[in-house]
Amino acid sequence: MTAPATTRTPRRTPAERARDLALIATFAALTAACALTSVAFSAVPVPVTLQTFAVLLAGAVLGPWRGTAAIGLYLAVGAAGLPVFAGGTGGLASFAGPSGGYLMAFPFAALVVGLAVRAAGRRGPLGTGVAVAVGVTAATALTYAVGVPVLAARTAMDAAAAWTFNWGFVPFDAVKAALVVVAAPAVLRAFPMLRGARAPRALAPEIAAA
Amino acid sequence: MSRVRVATPLGLHIPGTSVVHRAPAGLKLALLAALGTVVAFVREPLPALGLLGFVAATWLLARLPLRALRQVRGVAVLLVALGAFRWWAAGPGAAVGMVAGLSAVVLAAAVVTATTPTDEIVAVLVRGLRALARVPLLGRVVVPESFALAVALVLRTVPTLLDVAQGARDAARARGVRGPRAWLLPTLLRTVGHAVRTGEAIHARGLLDTARTS
Amino acid sequence: MGGTAVPPTGVLELDGAGVAVVDGEGGTRTLLHPTTLTLSERRVAVVGANGSGKSTLVRLLDGLLTPTTGAVRVHGLDTRRDGARVRGLVGLLFADPEAQLLMPTPLEDVALSLRHLPRRERTERATELLVDVGLGGHLHQPVATLSGGQKQLLALTSVLAAEPAVLLADEPTTLLDLRWKAHVEALLDALPQQVVTVTHDLEAAARAERVVVVDGGRIVADGSPAAALATYRDLMAGLPPELAARDAR
Repeated sequence: MTAPATTRTPRRTPAERARDLALIATFAALTAACALTSVAFSAVPVPVTLQTFAVLLAGAVLGPWRGTAAIGLYLAVGAAGLPVFAGGTGGLASFAGPSGGYLMAFPFAALVVGLAVRAAGRRGPLGTGVAVAVGVTAATALTYAVGVPVLAARTAMDAAAAWTFNWGFVPFDAVKAALVVVAAPAVLRAFPMLRGARAPRALAPEIAAA
Repeated sequence: MSRVRVATPLGLHIPGTSVVHRAPAGLKLALLAALGTVVAFVREPLPALGLLGFVAATWLLARLPLRALRQVRGVAVLLVALGAFRWWAAGPGAAVGMVAGLSAVVLAAAVVTATTPTDEIVAVLVRGLRALARVPLLGRVVVPESFALAVALVLRTVPTLLDVAQGARDAARARGVRGPRAWLLPTLLRTVGHAVRTGEAIHARGLLDTARTS
Repeated sequence: MGGTAVPPTGVLELDGAGVAVVDGEGGTRTLLHPTTLTLSERRVAVVGANGSGKSTLVRLLDGLLTPTTGAVRVHGLDTRRDGARVRGLVGLLFADPEAQLLMPTPLEDVALSLRHLPRRERTERATELLVDVGLGGHLHQPVATLSGGQKQLLALTSVLAAEPAVLLADEPTTLLDLRWKAHVEALLDALPQQVVTVTHDLEAAARAERVVVVDGGRIVADGSPAAALATYRDLMAGLPPELAARDAR
């Protein structure tokens, strides 16, 4: 009964479950806020949202379970018709639309980054940074592998054309992934409690929505 | 990366008394899903325009103001770009078919969003999750009550985070620092801090305690 | 507001309760040394410097923190074993309502505290409570667009809607302008419940029946407002210790 507060208990305490729920919802909201925020790179006329930045960051910072749950929750909120997807859109239309495949790949992208960071264990900022870099690269590749064929099918493009179209996004995705590599270790260092996370015995309910 | 633009904040529900407003949320969402599925297979311009006309009629029936269209601006830009590409690659017919079909779904989503209060949509999702919770293995994973809370929490938190980001950008500007790193990292740290305090509030208000027992 | 029935004033007890946490470097840091304290007064104020342990004290009483040594009891219920029941007895009001308001609109937020009622009654009761405190014109307004004072008033309404027997307020008026501060204080003063307030505001503390002064994770004064606050004023004379240490070097 007098164990120090930081001792790992196999079951998450009510306070931890409340915090997990808050983190999952807050990162779902962060992803929405990022999707609603477009940043104009000075060299390019097209505004780019930070949506994929938030997706990758959720995995890196929250770990595989909570990260996947956060992005699954984000998609569920969007699917419910709320305007949380890039540019203030929402609804099932976004899933049915040309870029629906990318959306559907997002929870898995967060999962991949989270697994990479967990596999690296507790290392210094540099080690964590490397793990995040590996994770975001794999996750981005996974997103393309799902998103591009769906894009091709929905718009009746051939696969090669769809990949060409996709190449237009690669530089932006690279910048956003790099931002995650810089930001995630700093956030994890500022909040060590985030690393104390392990898969709860019963998964967070939000995962089911993914 | 100098210019930052924030799209429409949340709160797209526009109260009204039309038939569309009064229709059950579950029915509207089901029709929206059905329309999305149909459009995925429609390639010809005429049926696609027909669907778009049907959705436009629903729009008029709901007597929605023009501002309800704000939410589709982003997708409209993408549709125009893809439509132009399609025109060039496969001719005007194919372009019209694709753009009209996808516009129909997007507009339908806007109608559902504008005519349905958030809590009704969430109630539908929770009903779906309750059904899932009865499936033997999933039952251990799905807790519908905290899902509803989580959805509401997302809606509550988005404006807060937009404010946090704005504050961080202002602070960076006041100190004469430019670029995303100057405000992005402070925003993220404050976001996590906010989440931790929100967790305390959820705990203090005993919200998961009742979700468990009921 | 809120209180239809006057809840009995119970006893809040710290029984050798202390909190130590592992800090970044793997050492332990004591937030609160083992403390024994029995609070039965209707109005208690807790004062202390930044980082003195007063917030720890309040979080212990709500079960947000469980003691690493000793025990904490609220109306005889152990916060560790009966956490859920303690949270039902105790309401917590934060300084910053931003994180405390969980729902997109005021009506939904208050209704969230009334989950034990059937849906229709819940909305009626929440509306009633909001009208009572003067937020009747903002039932469906997004919480994000309320003023800071309105948000704190809403947070208080939501907490009280659950009809707690004890209200813990952690610097409830720190972020408010003078008018809102006076208004929220008047509401708190009028409550039938036991109220424990953490505050930097000595005028507010002076109105309590009992004042507890916390410093360096220990209770250094406890008793009537006049005596305890005199100790606190002496304690706070001079440079903050962090800066004093720099000067001594």
